[in-house]
Amino acid sequence: MTLGLRATGVSHRYGAVTALEGVTLDIPAGETTVIVGPSGCGKSTLLGILGGLLRPSAGEVTVEGNAPEACLNRLTYVFQDFALLPWRTVAGNVALVLEPHGLSRAAREARIAEVLAMTGLSEFADAWPRQLSGGMRQRVGIARALAVRPAVLLMDEPLSALDAQTRELLLDEVSALIARAGATVVWVTHNLAEAVRLGERIVVMSRRPGRVRAVLRRGEAAASEAGLWAMIRDEAADAARELADG
Amino acid sequence: MRRGNWRMAETVPFRARGFVARERGWAAAVTLLAVLAVWQIGAELRWFSVAFLSTPAAIARALWHLAISGELGRDLGASLGRLLGGWLGGTLAGLVAGLAIGLFSTLRSPGMAVVSALFPIPKIALVPLFIIWFGIGEGSKLVTVGFGVFFPMAISTIAAVDAVPRNLIRMGQSFGLSQAAVVWRIVLPGALPALLAAMRITAATAIILLVAAEMIGAENGIGAFVLRAGNLYDIDALMAGIAVLSLIGLVAARLIGLAERALLKWR
Repeated sequence: MTLGLRATGVSHRYGAVTALEGVTLDIPAGETTVIVGPSGCGKSTLLGILGGLLRPSAGEVTVEGNAPEACLNRLTYVFQDFALLPWRTVAGNVALVLEPHGLSRAAREARIAEVLAMTGLSEFADAWPRQLSGGMRQRVGIARALAVRPAVLLMDEPLSALDAQTRELLLDEVSALIARAGATVVWVTHNLAEAVRLGERIVVMSRRPGRVRAVLRRGEAAASEAGLWAMIRDEAADAARELADG
Repeated sequence: MRRGNWRMAETVPFRARGFVARERGWAAAVTLLAVLAVWQIGAELRWFSVAFLSTPAAIARALWHLAISGELGRDLGASLGRLLGGWLGGTLAGLVAGLAIGLFSTLRSPGMAVVSALFPIPKIALVPLFIIWFGIGEGSKLVTVGFGVFFPMAISTIAAVDAVPRNLIRMGQSFGLSQAAVVWRIVLPGALPALLAAMRITAATAIILLVAAEMIGAENGIGAFVLRAGNLYDIDALMAGIAVLSLIGLVAARLIGLAERALLKWR
């Protein structure tokens, strides 16, 4: 049993710019939902609102279901820019998120060792973030997220800062890790191949202001790279037409 | 054979020289010794009159006499006590005020208004006022140093808190860290490099204000000693006092450097 999320009529404005408008969306418990859309369509804004890091201008987000007993942090982020503390070692960065939860020192160290082993970082426990490559830093971000046994994993373009080769290698590893974690996953990306490979459900956003254009299930004809490209191209063509019409 | 500016099979020249900060301790010592040597040689060759500028050897002799007579120890002890007390008090107060202004929106505008209005006042001009308020004793000197250190420390702390990347704070919050834990585990360590840099500046400010306060109203301390020596036209002793102030500055900078090395080894 884990958690699902429901966004109802969510809008968000940054000053005069409306980033999201009337987004209503179900994130079913235990599934991987990928959110795709053109650049600037409000994908990361929506993820911020789903995770309680941004206050919506209108609408609300509710959490449904029960978090597993072992869960220490229900809604857990993996950040695009890794968000590692440069003054803490790899192990220290993972320890940070366990510190508020009153685990004994031994339990904390065992859990750190476990997630570092899962992410292939055991040898780098004492390394500083500046000594790691981008791919390794994101492994730390993922290890940190897994350490709290999350109910919902909110992945904000977690592989977009990496080169294509590292992204490809890490994608399979990350999908295996999140499957093992058994969490509900919301994965934001602009990479359609990534969306098709990962998504049990794919939410396609329209251009700004972001609205839900389609919700596709794995196996549907449109839930392919070509199908997604067609929708994104339509959005771009609409934008170009609007611009031409003034 | 050449094509354009390039010869065939030429090794690509390395062009990314410099702009990397490297410390060479021996170079600092050699430079200081060279300055002292040129100074001494200049005096021997009568490039300038020793009646107005003592030689390093004469200053060293004066320092030795002052040390064995106990005069240096008395004045240095008094100055170091005031310096440490004033600097520590002002630094801690500036740190707390800067953190409060930097962290709490309700305090930001009022706090910045007060700090901005008082910071530009030359603190030396306040020494007579502090003497009236706190007496000619230790209080006025401690307050002068502390007050002068407080403002640059507070302003630097506000800027340091503002410069802590917000994504790190949001990360901490997303993992359920309390506000206090975010401040203790993310904001303070993130601000530490800028805080230590500010302490270098406030240490120098503290020495300047200490000397000013001791010159205006003190019977002992290095500032009072330098003033006494000047009144007696004892250039050797006067410059020995200045050398001691320079040494205090060097030691303070060295201690902060050691703290940086110990606390910022992650950089």
